[in-house]
Amino acid sequence: MGSPHRFIPNTEEDVAQMLQSIGVTSIDELFADIPASVRLARPLALPPAMSEPELMAELRRMSDECVSADDCTVYLGGGIYDHYVPSVIQHILQRGEFYTAYTPYQAEVSQGTLQAIFEYQTMICELTAMDVANASMYEAGSAIAEAAIMACTSTKRSTVLVARTVNPAYRKVLATYAAGRGIEVREVGFCMKRGLTSLSLLDGKLDDVACLIVQSPNYFGIVEDMPALADAVHKSGGLFVSVVNPISLGLLAPPGEYGADIAVGEGQPLGIPMSFGGPLLGFFATTSKLLRKMPGRLVGQTVDSKGRRGFVLTLQAREQHIRRENATSNICSNQALCALAATIYLSLMGPHGLRKVAELCTYRAHYLHDRINSVYGLSTPFTGPFFNEFVVASHRDPAEINEDLLERGILGGRPIGDDYPELPDHSLWAVTEMRTREELDALVRELEVLA
Amino acid sequence: MSRTQRLIFELSVPGRTAVTLPAPEVPTPSLEAMFPSSALRAKAPGLPEVSEVDVVRHFVNLSQLNHSVDNGFYPLGSCTMKYNPKVNEDAARLPGFARIHPDQPADTVQGALEIMYKLERYLCEIAGMSRFTLQPAAGAHGELTGLLLIKAYHDSRADFGRKVVLVPDSAHGTNPASAAGVGMTILEVKSDSRGNVDIEDLKDKIGPEVAAMMLTNPNTLGLFDEHVTEIAEIVHGCGALLYYDGANLNAIMGRTRPGDLGFDVVHLNVHKTFSTPHGGGGPGAGPVGVKPILEPFLPTPLVALDPETGMYVWDDDRPQSIGRVHSFHGNFGVLVKTFAYIRSMGPDGLRKASEHAVLNANYIMRRLKPYYDVAFDRTCMHECVLTAKKYKSEYGVATLDIAKRLLDFGFHAPTIYFPLIVPEALMIEPTETESRETLDGFINAMIQISEEAKAEPEKVKSAPHTTPVSRLDDTLAARKPVLRHTKSESD
Repeated sequence: MGSPHRFIPNTEEDVAQMLQSIGVTSIDELFADIPASVRLARPLALPPAMSEPELMAELRRMSDECVSADDCTVYLGGGIYDHYVPSVIQHILQRGEFYTAYTPYQAEVSQGTLQAIFEYQTMICELTAMDVANASMYEAGSAIAEAAIMACTSTKRSTVLVARTVNPAYRKVLATYAAGRGIEVREVGFCMKRGLTSLSLLDGKLDDVACLIVQSPNYFGIVEDMPALADAVHKSGGLFVSVVNPISLGLLAPPGEYGADIAVGEGQPLGIPMSFGGPLLGFFATTSKLLRKMPGRLVGQTVDSKGRRGFVLTLQAREQHIRRENATSNICSNQALCALAATIYLSLMGPHGLRKVAELCTYRAHYLHDRINSVYGLSTPFTGPFFNEFVVASHRDPAEINEDLLERGILGGRPIGDDYPELPDHSLWAVTEMRTREELDALVRELEVLA
Repeated sequence: MSRTQRLIFELSVPGRTAVTLPAPEVPTPSLEAMFPSSALRAKAPGLPEVSEVDVVRHFVNLSQLNHSVDNGFYPLGSCTMKYNPKVNEDAARLPGFARIHPDQPADTVQGALEIMYKLERYLCEIAGMSRFTLQPAAGAHGELTGLLLIKAYHDSRADFGRKVVLVPDSAHGTNPASAAGVGMTILEVKSDSRGNVDIEDLKDKIGPEVAAMMLTNPNTLGLFDEHVTEIAEIVHGCGALLYYDGANLNAIMGRTRPGDLGFDVVHLNVHKTFSTPHGGGGPGAGPVGVKPILEPFLPTPLVALDPETGMYVWDDDRPQSIGRVHSFHGNFGVLVKTFAYIRSMGPDGLRKASEHAVLNANYIMRRLKPYYDVAFDRTCMHECVLTAKKYKSEYGVATLDIAKRLLDFGFHAPTIYFPLIVPEALMIEPTETESRETLDGFINAMIQISEEAKAEPEKVKSAPHTTPVSRLDDTLAARKPVLRHTKSESD
C-alpha cells in the first residue's frame, strides 16, 4: 500500500483488519472484476506527490507569472469586472459548513444552504422585478442559451433573434447550444451612430421568433431602448429575454418593469472574484406564468412536522433526476457558492449601497469618457446613453497601445475588431468604483503620449 | 430553543448599512441628463438594510444549520464527499489566479495558462485520452459537451441518421437529459442479474441509428461492469461511440483508464474524483476528454505551448470546433484546486485514493450485509447499494425514514432511491478520506436503526429528532410554491 498519505487515514493495521472482515487477502482481489487485459500495468506518468510547502511554492511561482489586478489598474470589462469584493464575503465563503456541503438533498441538515438560496432567489427577484428566480446557472452565456431553449419550448417556435450588441462570447455559447437543439439563431445589427439596436432594424425580423434577446447595458456599455424592444417582440407573439448587469440595476429600470419574460445575466459583479472568468454566476428569473418551464433548481418555503418554517428543494418534477429526457434542462450542480457570495454582497450593499456603487461606476466612467474624447488620436464614436463602459476608436492599433500601457502598470480596454469587423481599431473600456480619479487622470496622461 | 433563523430581510432596519463607499472624486452630473427617464429605476430594490455585524452573524448562524464534510461523515453515494484540502482554497485565492481578467493578453497570464496546459496533460494520463477541454462548468455541462462532440463527429462523416443514445437502466438522470440537449432520443438497456449491462439486450438495441452509448463504470450500482470490453466492441462494431460518465472515476485511478477500456469521450467531475469542494451545489467543473478522432471538434480555444518561444498561447484556429460551451475559460478557480490535488497526491496517492475508497466501501457492505440486503451480492467498488425493502414491507419503515434517522446520529444520509432499478435503495459511498473508526460509527448507527425499525418503528418514521428542523413538508412546498420572501408576510 506504500507510505501513508495525509488525506488517507487507514493504517496498514486498519487495512489488514478490514481485509480480514471482508474475507479477502489483498486489495488486488477487490479489483478482480477489471478484465486483466485492460488493467494499467504501470504507474501513472504524473509528477511525484508534493508536500504542502512545496505545492504552495510551485503555485506561488505560477501566480507570480500573471499580471493581476493587484499589480495594475484594470480597464477590461465585457461581463467580468474588477469590482470591490468586501472582506466579509470571503470569510463567510470559507466556512466549511457552506463550501464542503453538497446540494441540499437532506433538507433537515441543509437549512443554511437552503435558506441562503431562498434569500438569493428573493434578491434576484427584487433586483430584476421578476416573479421567480432559480438557484443559479453556470454563467451568463449558458443562462442565455437556456432562456432561448425555454422560449422555444413555451412558444413552440424554433427561431431566436439575438441583438449583435449582446456580448460576443455569450452569443458563441448560444450558438453552440442552439446547434445541439436544432434552434435557428438569427442576429439583428445595431445603429453605427448610437451603438444600440434600433427598432427599424427589427422590421420583418420578428415573425415567428420564439424570443428576442437583448442585453442592456449592451456589450458597448450602452443602455438599449428595452421598453420599445419588448413591445415589438410581444406584438409578434415572441418572448423578450433581457440580459442585464446586476450592478446597473441599482440605477437602471429592471426587466420586470419593461415587460421582460425572462431576465438573465452575469452575477460576477456581485462580490465574486474575476478568477480568469470562472467560477461565475448565471442568474435566471422569469414570470410566474413561465415558472414550470424554468430550468434549474428552486428552493421553496414550507413547514416542518412541528409547524416551523423551513426550506426544501421544490418543483423538482421539472428536473433531470425526475423527468430525465423530458426535463427542462440537464443542469444538476450549479454555482451555489457563487450565489451565496452574491447574497452576502447584496446584504452588505443594501438598496442604497448598490445604488451608490452603480452611481460611482457611472460618474467615473463618464469622466474618463469625456477626458478620452479630448485626447488626440482617440474618440468615442457612439452617442447612446452608457453605464460603466464605452467604446473608444483609436488611430493606433489598440493592442499596441495596450502593450505600451502594460509597461506602465495599466491593463487597457479590450480590442473588439475581431468580434466586430466593422469596428477595426476600436476597444471597450470599463470603469468600476475601484478606479480612482488619480488613476483615471494618470491613464489619460499616458494616452496623450501613446495614442 | 428553535434553531431556525430569521430571514435577512426580517432583520432589516431602515437607515442601517454595512458598507462605506468612496466619494465620487469626479463631477456628478444629473443622472436624469445622462439617461432617458424610462431607463432609470423608479423604485429601489427591496434589499435588506443591515449592519456588517448583522450580516456576519446571520450567515455564520445559517452555516451552523448545515451538515458538511468538515462537520462529519457524508456518505452520499455517487457524490464522492471526500475531504477538501484546505490548502487548495488558499491556492485558488492567490492574486495571480483570483485577480486576473479572462480577456487579458496571453503573455500576462502565463502562470494560469501553464496550470491549464499541465492539468490537461495530467487528466489525459489519468483517463487515457488524448486531449481535454476544461470549459464545462459541471458534470452535466460536460455530458452536453461530449454529446455535441459525438454529434459533430457523425455529422462530419455525413452520417446523419444517428439519433439514438443508449443508456443503461441504472444511468444518472443527467444522461438522458443531456441527450435531449442534442436532439437525440434515449433507449434504455437493461441490467443483467449481476448488475452489468445485459449484453443480449444491448445487441437487440444497437443499430445504425445509435450515435453513442453512455456508460458509468463502475456503474451507479457501485459495480465494475465485467463486460466493458465486449460492450465497446459491440458499440464500435455498429459505428457508434462509447461515452464515459466519469462520476465514478475515483474508484479506478491508476488501476485502469477509460481510454484503455475503449471509451471515446469522457467527462470527469473534478468535485468528485479530485476533491474540489461541492460548495452546497457548485461550482464544480466537468472537463471532457477525447480520443484523437474527436479532437478536431473540441470547444475553442485550447491552450497550446509554442515550442519556439516557450510561451503558452490560445489555440483558437479550430475550424471544426463545436464552438464555446462557456462564456470564458471554464471554472478556472476550481481547476486550480484540481491541479493542486493531483500534485498533492502524485501517481501513488491517486491510486491509493481509489484503493482505499474501494476497501472502505467493501468493509461497510460486508459489515452491514447481515442487517440490510445488498442489491447485488458481489465485490463492490467505491460504493455499495443496499436495499431496505424488507423493513418497508415488514415494518413500514422506508428508506427515507432510515435516511432521516441517520441524521440524528450526526451522519449525512446516503443517496436514496437511486439507482432507480433497486427498490428502497441506499447508496453508500464512504470515500478514502474516512478512518475505520468513522466507518465503524456509521455501521453501528445503521445496525441500531435496523433494530429500531423492528422494535420501535415510529421512532424511525418520525425522525429526525435532533436536527435544526424536523421532517419538512415537501408536498406543501410543491403544491403552494413560495419561492421568495414577500414583505407583507412578515411585517
